[in-house]
Amino acid sequence: MLFAENLTKTYRSGERSLTVLHDISFDIEDGSSNAIVGPSGSGKTTLLGLCAGLDHPTSGCVSINGISLSGLSEDALASVRNQHVGFIFQSFQLIPTLTAIENVMVPLELRGERGIEPKAKALLTDVGLGDRLHHYPTQLSGGEQQRVAIARAFINDPVLLFADEPTGNLDSDTSAAIEDLLFGMNRNFGTTLVLVTHDLELAAKTQRIIRLKSGHILSDTRTENA
Amino acid sequence: MNTFVWRMAWRESRGNLNRLALFVACIVLGVAALVSITSFGDNLNRAIDDQAKTLLGADFVADSRIEFSPEAEALLDSIGGDQTREVRFTSMAFFPKADNARLTQIRAQEGGFPYYGVLETVPANAKSTLDEGDNALVDDGLMMQFGVDVGDSVKIGQVTYMITGRLISIPGESIAQGIAGPRIFIPLRTLEATGLVQRGSIVSHVRYVKLEDGSAEALSSLKEELDPKFEALRLDMDTVEDRKRSLGRTFGNLTRFLNLVGFIALLLGGVGIASSIHVYIKRKISTVAVMRCLGVGTSQALWIYVIQAAGMGLIGATTGATIGVLVQVILPAVLNDFLPVDIDFGVSWSAIALGMFIGVTITALFALNPLVAIRNISPLLAIRQSFETESDLPTDPLKWALYGVVGAGILACSLLLADNFEFGFWYFIGILIAFSLLGALGWAIARVFKRIFPRNSGFTIRQGIANLYRPNNQTTVMIMTLGFGTFLIATLFVSRDVLLNQINISDAKNQPNLVFYDIQTDQADPLLNVLASYNLAPLQDVPIVTMRMSAINGETLEELRANEKRRIPGWMYEREMRSTYRDSLSATETVVQGEWVPVAPDPFGLIPISVEKGVFEQLNLALGDTILFDIQGIPFETTVASVREVDWQQISPNFVFLFPNGVLEPAPQFRVMVMRTEDREQAARVQQQVVREFPNVSAVDLALVLSVAESLISKVSFVIRFMALFSVFTGLIVLSGTVIASRYQRLQESVLLKTLGARRKQVLAIMSVEYLVLGFLAALTGLFLAYFAAWAISYFVFETVFIPNFANIGILMAAVMSLTLLFGLLNSGDIYRRSALEVLREG
Repeated sequence: MLFAENLTKTYRSGERSLTVLHDISFDIEDGSSNAIVGPSGSGKTTLLGLCAGLDHPTSGCVSINGISLSGLSEDALASVRNQHVGFIFQSFQLIPTLTAIENVMVPLELRGERGIEPKAKALLTDVGLGDRLHHYPTQLSGGEQQRVAIARAFINDPVLLFADEPTGNLDSDTSAAIEDLLFGMNRNFGTTLVLVTHDLELAAKTQRIIRLKSGHILSDTRTENA
Repeated sequence: MNTFVWRMAWRESRGNLNRLALFVACIVLGVAALVSITSFGDNLNRAIDDQAKTLLGADFVADSRIEFSPEAEALLDSIGGDQTREVRFTSMAFFPKADNARLTQIRAQEGGFPYYGVLETVPANAKSTLDEGDNALVDDGLMMQFGVDVGDSVKIGQVTYMITGRLISIPGESIAQGIAGPRIFIPLRTLEATGLVQRGSIVSHVRYVKLEDGSAEALSSLKEELDPKFEALRLDMDTVEDRKRSLGRTFGNLTRFLNLVGFIALLLGGVGIASSIHVYIKRKISTVAVMRCLGVGTSQALWIYVIQAAGMGLIGATTGATIGVLVQVILPAVLNDFLPVDIDFGVSWSAIALGMFIGVTITALFALNPLVAIRNISPLLAIRQSFETESDLPTDPLKWALYGVVGAGILACSLLLADNFEFGFWYFIGILIAFSLLGALGWAIARVFKRIFPRNSGFTIRQGIANLYRPNNQTTVMIMTLGFGTFLIATLFVSRDVLLNQINISDAKNQPNLVFYDIQTDQADPLLNVLASYNLAPLQDVPIVTMRMSAINGETLEELRANEKRRIPGWMYEREMRSTYRDSLSATETVVQGEWVPVAPDPFGLIPISVEKGVFEQLNLALGDTILFDIQGIPFETTVASVREVDWQQISPNFVFLFPNGVLEPAPQFRVMVMRTEDREQAARVQQQVVREFPNVSAVDLALVLSVAESLISKVSFVIRFMALFSVFTGLIVLSGTVIASRYQRLQESVLLKTLGARRKQVLAIMSVEYLVLGFLAALTGLFLAYFAAWAISYFVFETVFIPNFANIGILMAAVMSLTLLFGLLNSGDIYRRSALEVLREG
C-alpha cells in the first residue's frame, strides 16, 4: 500500500545543511495499522509529510497504492491525496469558515461529486455529531472538532489514512473516545492506517511500530495486535 | 474551474464579511469620485447641448475691437432678423451712496438681448427700464459690496444713472466672470454722454443677431457665406457651435483634471486593498494548507481567493458608483460659480460603466500580487507550524511580472482618464515617483526605528515604537496612504499660498500699488495737482499711443497670416495696440540683443524700435527687420534695433513695442500714471476724488486685484479640496482597514499583555504611541513632498520665491496626527474588552 525507499530529507539554510531523515525504507501492507514513534525532532512529522506527498524528499521515493509520487507536480500530488488519502491532524485543522457538514463534504466536492450530503450526514451521525451538522468549528469542543475531522478523513473512502498525533490536543477521557472511534472506523472501512505519535500507549494499539531516532529507523516491530 | 471553487469562495467569505467590507470600502470613494465627476461632465455636456442657444443669447455674435465700418454696418443690416447693439469697455463706476468707486465692465446696449435664455434680474422686468431713462442694471455682487439698493445711483463717466435692477445672471456667463469684472448694463443712447469712449480707448463693439430662421443648417450656411466677408472687415463671428466647442474644451479639461484627482483616491484604495489582502491571506495560510492536504490544487486555491477579491471589487465598485451618482447632485452646487448653464440631475450609464471598470481593474491589479502568494503555501504547514522567513525583495518572477502589469494598468487608466497621452504619461510618472518615495520612506522609517530603538524609555513607548517594525506592521502602507492624502491637500494649500504670496510680494514697499490710466493729455496737470494734495507723485508717468501693425518687411498682415514661418497673434491682427516712447529703459526691462536707441536720429526716416523677446521670437523677426505701423492714419516705418526681456509680473505699464523719443510726441495720446499710496485708505480716498473729477480715468487698485484673485483662487481651491477629500477619507478608511486587518495579531498581543497584568490604560497607551508616531511620520512625509512640489511650482512655473508658512504646517500636522489617533483607537476599541480565554481559544 505504502512503499518508502531510501528516503532522505535535507534542509538547507544558507551555507548550512541539516539532514533530518537518513535513507529510510519501509513497506506498509494493505489494511494494516502502523505507528511511527519517536521523541521530538526524530523526524516523524517530516516522514509523514513525505509519505503523504506533502513534501518532496531530497532523495528516495514514495509510492501510494502503486502510484509513484516521484516527479509528480503539486497538482498531481493533490489529486493523489484527494483520491487515495485521508488525514487527521493534531490540531484538527477544520476550515473555520465552514460548518461541520461542509467541512466533511470538501473532499468529495473537490471531485465534483453531487448528492453527497446524505453520506456526510451519515458519517457525522456515526461519529456522534448528528445533531451538530451546522455548527461552526468555534462552536464545537476539541473532541467534537476531532470527530468532524475523522468523518472528513473517511468520506472519500481512502485506502490510506494518516493521523498526526490525533489525540495530542485532547484530555485523557476524550482521547480514549477518539482512539476507539478511529480504530473502529479504520476496521470498518478496511483502511490502512499510519499513525504518528509519541504516545507509546496509543502506538501499542496498532499492529506495527516503527521507532525513529535522529532521522534513522531505530526499530521496526510487530505488536501483539498483528 | 469547477463549482467547488465557486462554492468555497462563497463559503469562505461568509465568516469574513466584516473584514471584506473594509476591503470593499477602500475603493468605494475612489469609484464614487470618478463616477460623480464623469457623470457631472456628461450632464454638463448635455446641458450645454440643451441650452446651447442660451450660451450666446443669440444665434450668433459679431464683434470687433474697432468701431464697425459703414461696410460692416451695411453687411450686418443686410442679414436682417432681430439685432442688439452693444459697446463693451471697462470703466470706473462711482457709487455716491457708498462714496466709493470700482473698475467695472460696462455694457451699453440697445435691443432685445437676450433672444434665448433669461437675463435674470431683480425685479424680473428690470431690463425694460433701460429704454425708459438714464437707468442701469448693476451686478448683484457689486451692489452688495457697496451696500447700494435699487433706486440708488451710480455714476459712470459724466452720467449719473439710477439703478433699476440687480443683475443676477446673464445667459452663458458664470458668476465667476462677474467676480473678475462686475458688469453694469446702461442704455447705448447714453454712451456718448458718458464721455468715456474716445479715440484710443479699448472698446469692443458687439452685435447680437437673432435670425428669422435660427436652425443649425441655416446658421451653418450663413456662417460659410459670411466668414470671408467678416474677415475682410476684421469682424469676429462667434456662433453657438463655436461657444460650445470652447466650453467643451474648458470643462473637458476641468473634469479630466478633477477625475485625475479622484483617481488618486482609487489608487490609495488600491494600496489599502493590497495591504488588507496581504494580511487576509496570512490568516488563511492554515486553511489553504488544509485544503491542499485534502486535494485542492494550487490554481484552485488561488481561484477561490481571486473570486473573493473580484467579488468584493465588484461590490465596492457598485457601491461607489451608486454613491457617485448621488454625489454628482452636490457637484453643480460646488462648481456653480463656474458654470455658464443650469445642470439637471441625470444618470450617465457610460460614466457608471467607466467608473466600475476602472474600480474593478484597480482592485484586481492591486489584489493579484498578494494573492499569488497562495500558490506557495505548502500543505506541509497543516502538520508543521513552520516559520518561513520572507526576504524583503520578492524573488518570485511572477511577482515581478505582476508589478509590471500593475504599472501598465495604472498607466492605461491614467491615459484613459487624461484623454491626452503626454498629460496621462507625466501624471503616471508623478504618481509613480510620489508612491515610490512614500513607499521607500515608509520602509526606511521602519528600519530606522529598529536601529535607533529607544531602549531606555518606558514600557508603553517601547512597545508602541516596536509595533512600527514588527512583522505585519502598518508603517509602509500608512505612510503611503495618509502621506499621499496629506501631500495632495498640502500641495493645494501651499500652491494657493504661493499664488497669493506672489501678489503680496508686489505689494511690498517701493512697489507701485495704484495705477490710473486713460488720462487725457489735458487732464495730466490737474490730476497731478490732485495727487500732490495727497502727497503723492507718480513713480512713472507714461504716454500711450495707439497704433496698428500693417506690415513686416513689406508683407501685409493678410499676406503674413498665410506665412507659416511667422505666427501672428490674433490680438495683433484684430485690434489696436498700445505703445509708448521714452529715452531710457525701465527697471523691468533688459536689452538681450541689439542696441537700445534712446532718441530717433531722424523722425521722418526709419525709426529704431525695441521689441519684446517673446513676440520677437513668435513673429520670427531678426534685428534690422522693418515693421510698418499705422498710427492714427499715418504710416510709420520702423526697424528692429533691439530685443528686450520684460518682467511682466511687475505692476507697471510694460509694452511689446517701445519707440525712442523724438517721433511720437506730437501723436494723439493719453497717459498712465503709476504710484504708491501709503495705505489702502489713502488709495481709496485718492481714487474717489480722481473718479469724481475725471470720470473717464480708470484705476487699478492692487488691494482690489488681490481680493479678487483671492476670491477666485479660493473658489477654485475649494473645488479641488472637495475632490481631495475623497483621497483623505479613503486614507482614513484604509487606516481603519489596516488597523482591523492587523487586529487579530494585536488581539493576541493585547491578551497576552492583559494576562500578564497590563491595564487597559497601558494597552491603549501602546496603541496611541504607535498611531501618533505613524500620523506624525505620514504627515511629515506628505508635507515634505508637498513643500517640494510647491517649491518646484514656484520656481519653475511662477518663477518666484517660495516662503513656507510654518503655522499651516503645524495645523496640518496636528490634524493628520489627531485623525490617525482617533481612527486607530476607534477601530481598536474592543481589543481590550475581549476575554482572554476567548482569544486564546481562537488562537
